[in-house]
Amino acid sequence: MKILAAMSGGVDSAVAAARAVEAGHEVVGVHLALSRMPGTLRTGARGCCTIEDSMDAQRAANIIGIPYYVWDFSERFKLDVVDDFIAEYSAGRTPNPCMRCNERIKFAALLEKALDLGFDAVATGHYASIRTDDDGNRELHRAADWAKDQSYVLGVLTAEQLAHSMFPLGATPSKAEVRAEAAERGFSVATKPDSHDICFIPDGDTRGWLADRVGAEAGVILERDGSVVGSHDGAAAFTVGQRKGLHLGVPSPDGRPRFVLEVRPSSNTVVVGPKEALDLAVVAGSKYSWAGRAPADPHTEFACHVQIRAHADPVPAVAVLRDGELVIRPDMPLNGVAPGQTAVLYLGTRVLGQCTIDRTVSAVALPVS
Amino acid sequence: MSVYLDHAATTPMLPAAIAAYTTALSLVGNPSSIHSQGQNAKRMLEEARERVAESLGCDPIEIVFTSGGTEAVNLAVKGLYWARNAGGTHPRILVPRGEHHATIDTVEWLERHAGAVIEWVPIDELGRVRLNALARLLEEHDDVALVTLLWANNEVGTVQPVAEVAALAARHGVPVHSDAISAYRHVSIDFAATNLAALSVSAHKIGGPQGIGALVLNRSAVVVPLIHGGGQQRDVRSGTQDVPAAISFGVAAQHPVSSFAPLRDRLIAGVRTAVPSAVLRGDPDSVARLDNNVHFTFPGCEGDSLLFLLDSAGVSVSTGSACRAGIPEASHVLLGMGLSEVDARGALRVTVGHSTTDADIDTFLEALPQAVARASRAGLSDRDVTLRPVGVGVSGIDA
Repeated sequence: MKILAAMSGGVDSAVAAARAVEAGHEVVGVHLALSRMPGTLRTGARGCCTIEDSMDAQRAANIIGIPYYVWDFSERFKLDVVDDFIAEYSAGRTPNPCMRCNERIKFAALLEKALDLGFDAVATGHYASIRTDDDGNRELHRAADWAKDQSYVLGVLTAEQLAHSMFPLGATPSKAEVRAEAAERGFSVATKPDSHDICFIPDGDTRGWLADRVGAEAGVILERDGSVVGSHDGAAAFTVGQRKGLHLGVPSPDGRPRFVLEVRPSSNTVVVGPKEALDLAVVAGSKYSWAGRAPADPHTEFACHVQIRAHADPVPAVAVLRDGELVIRPDMPLNGVAPGQTAVLYLGTRVLGQCTIDRTVSAVALPVS
Repeated sequence: MSVYLDHAATTPMLPAAIAAYTTALSLVGNPSSIHSQGQNAKRMLEEARERVAESLGCDPIEIVFTSGGTEAVNLAVKGLYWARNAGGTHPRILVPRGEHHATIDTVEWLERHAGAVIEWVPIDELGRVRLNALARLLEEHDDVALVTLLWANNEVGTVQPVAEVAALAARHGVPVHSDAISAYRHVSIDFAATNLAALSVSAHKIGGPQGIGALVLNRSAVVVPLIHGGGQQRDVRSGTQDVPAAISFGVAAQHPVSSFAPLRDRLIAGVRTAVPSAVLRGDPDSVARLDNNVHFTFPGCEGDSLLFLLDSAGVSVSTGSACRAGIPEASHVLLGMGLSEVDARGALRVTVGHSTTDADIDTFLEALPQAVARASRAGLSDRDVTLRPVGVGVSGIDA
């Protein structure tokens, strides 16, 4: 097959590209330019988007012996990922920009361009596996190494996208093996640090970056019963589940710490309460998708596991499609989930689908005061 | 077998220039040394300087060898600016839009760090500087340090009215620098006849080696040097001179000039036939356009898609615009000419040179229609994608 290897300049995508070549495919390396004004040198824990990263990717492509190009997706990235990130936070939600990038850039804008230009699939360095079931349907599964598993951030991929995706690292027992393989292949990036931070926030200071863009106005912090317990410099800077940085003037009646339960940008208020009030009995979302084959009857409750963060533990749950909404009821309450987060459903190792959480039901009723 | 049609980026070294270069590499002698080896190196260096001077119609003493075109432009623009604005009296620099980044980045640096005031002179839809606008600026301001402009645009090939600009500026006593890097050996340059203070050229664009260029600096022009130490070359550009590269440059400068216009015109006609929607950019007039330059925009296509597809088909061309570490951006030249960003993104520059054959052009013209069809399907990178429908209830196979 003719494969486009998306190369960020990191170790994973370099090894993935090399493996695609060894599997007998015709491979071309492409680095995505996601910023019109990239930094020159890598800083902190960011693993992409500087000129140095682009050069790292090119050097790996040179060693593999494949052609290498840089394609500009900066406009699309700004609209679909950066602006979306700001808009979501402004609306009091907590988005995952990496998922958004997978959904709209890597496996959409890039994949579609690749298909139009004559490629059969896009290969990336994600830790996840694609399998084909007995009927020939493509399935997305967790990577062999659960510690590195990235199937969560790929949960947005649909059957059509999975049909044209390739994850050569999925079966690798551990990241250490990928690094060893990179060193053996002579890649300069073999020891390059993993990236953790959001790639478009240069110094990793998400809150400061957002404050500059969302606009911050002072407001009040409320208890669930409406009593004012403090003030803040801008509601959008808060995340559900947050405990630190509240600076509450009024101690809680029981003396226990309080957590952010809700952010209400429309009234510029933040609602706080005890930890157990973060427990959710139901999460639901009207924007959902199936990763390949959908359940036989999604309108009847089906058993699955739900995962609400990239590295959270999966929780047993039942889910159902009801009135255009994917409703997920975990067996035990989910803690600290913010609207905007993605709930990914699993059947064993297989990713079943996902929804963006836009409605939640607390497991704990408001105490009668 | 790959076809190379990006001679404006760099052109293969001429066999005679390679021979002279490799022979010179085995010589020993610093041209600043007093002993006989040093004198021999100096003799060969000065012969090379004479050859380059002859090709540009200037005196040998007016040739200052540099590490390349970019250094020459920096030395001219910064050097003239610093000298003219020594007392803060002449901070203004007149620059047409659509200049090469060697100039743009240099004047913008002067603006940020040295108090320069930049006047961007408009260009017309063919990429040519608007003389009346330039004349008006010269009338309005008596604090102009210099005018700098391309001899011919490196992207779209439009030849600039350098002599008229130099004459205009001379009436106001303002020095003019011209970046002739893309024009050198494609148009006739007679430095002595043009009234220029300075002119930049580069060896690797004419079949010489990479890593050497020259600033032609009029005897009367005063520049503040960028590099200090040793006082070589009129105290303007210190440092041991690269004798083998200069020798090779001299050989390339003496190579007989042949017109590439027939190849260029075959290409232009061929593209128009193969892809009727393509739009020729730059001046269509044969003599007002560089004889090696073909530049088209292809509506609805991304230049980098075209470049990739043609490269896959074994044809090397360029999008023409500047890249920062290969990151493509819409050409500021085309934007300056009034194109929309969308139109500017579909640009392809095809440039011929001494090794170009008719068969090369055939290969390119055969590969072009399919590349355009495919690139057109792939469209522009900021378009909405249809692969994943946006909205509520995105379904899989049978939900």
